[in-house]
Amino acid sequence: MAGNNPTPTEYIQHHLQNLTYGYHPENGWSIAHSSTEAQEMGFWAIHLDTMGWSLAMGVLFIWLFRKVGKAATTGVPGKLQNAIEMVFEFIEGTVRGAFHGKNSLIGPLALTLFVWIFLMNLLKLVPVDLAPALFARLGVEYMKLVPTTDPNATLGMALGVFCLIIYYSIKVKGLGGFAKELSLTPFNHWLLIPFNLVMEIISLLVKPLSLGLRLFGNMFAGEVIFILIALLPFWVTWTLNVPWAIFHILVITLQAFIFTVLTVVYLNAAHEHH
Amino acid sequence: MNINMTLIGQMIAFAIFVWFCIKYVWPPINNALHERQKKIADGLDAASRAARDLELAEQQAEETLRESKEQAAEILENAHKRSNQMIDEAREQARQEGERMIANAKTEIDQEVNRAKEELRGQVSRLAIVGAERILESSIDEKQHAKLVDKLAEEL
Repeated sequence: MAGNNPTPTEYIQHHLQNLTYGYHPENGWSIAHSSTEAQEMGFWAIHLDTMGWSLAMGVLFIWLFRKVGKAATTGVPGKLQNAIEMVFEFIEGTVRGAFHGKNSLIGPLALTLFVWIFLMNLLKLVPVDLAPALFARLGVEYMKLVPTTDPNATLGMALGVFCLIIYYSIKVKGLGGFAKELSLTPFNHWLLIPFNLVMEIISLLVKPLSLGLRLFGNMFAGEVIFILIALLPFWVTWTLNVPWAIFHILVITLQAFIFTVLTVVYLNAAHEHH
Repeated sequence: MNINMTLIGQMIAFAIFVWFCIKYVWPPINNALHERQKKIADGLDAASRAARDLELAEQQAEETLRESKEQAAEILENAHKRSNQMIDEAREQARQEGERMIANAKTEIDQEVNRAKEELRGQVSRLAIVGAERILESSIDEKQHAKLVDKLAEEL
């Protein structure tokens, strides 16, 4: 913690600061000890907590699903297998409903996104003070538990999706077809090509941005509310954070689902000829 | 909340996880689900087929039962007919035998009667001859003659 008795501002700032490792102009490669130091590191820094927890959740996802998949029987499934299969079939059904092309990448992509984001969001239900306090005892100054409250994580995934959109647009329609789509829609007239280009490129670029920022915004806002609730006297907090946490069970699932479905929809659009 | 390398790191992690999912997670679960689907479909198919088979078998069994019942009835009827026939035949035979025996007995009786008649006739003729001899021996005596005749008659 920043001090023994931090002011509310310090407390909030502390809880919203990632554990940053990077190149500081004065200290060299090191872990940032304050948010200003982290800011001074610029682009060449990495959020250890975001990366660590997101990798942990991804590995958890792969391990869990791999375990169930390997042991999957075609007979009567166990409870865990049943749960995993329910998620699987839910995603498969969603993909089948939203994606009309034929691409064996989309299913696994959607499954990965949904479960991974869900697990990362799920970390939000861990009490806000628990992780920072625990890690402070271990000598770690900052620990922001939920990777999806870090725009780097959400925008990183969104950029990954963006790359896929570009890749499949070009692969399916050809470079010329893609260029034609960008320049000749929505107005099919050569005079309006510049106008079309501006419109289409903006809408293309907005896709990953909105995808990443929507998830980030929802998660970050929820996190801030949790922190604000934690600032209240301890005997009131439960009246607010319990309903908020229950509400967030819905939000974390919904946000994971929205991210997944939008990804599938965008990729479907990338596969379709106009 | 600075944008930094984490962005790239997250993209790489994302790619790796998706790749892992394509390679190691999706296929086994997908296969298991599809196989189970197929299995259930097959099972349902087999069940309906079995039900149909059962129905067919029941029909067949019923038919066989009916046929065998008919056959049994026919056999029974035949047997009845046959036995009646046999009884009739036996009766007829017995009657004929009886008639034959009666006829035999009648002919025998007739023969016997004839023989007795023959014999009687012989005896009568012999008696007549004897009477005649006696009459001839004592023809003079009328009284005697009458007596003789009476005697003869008595003897007849």
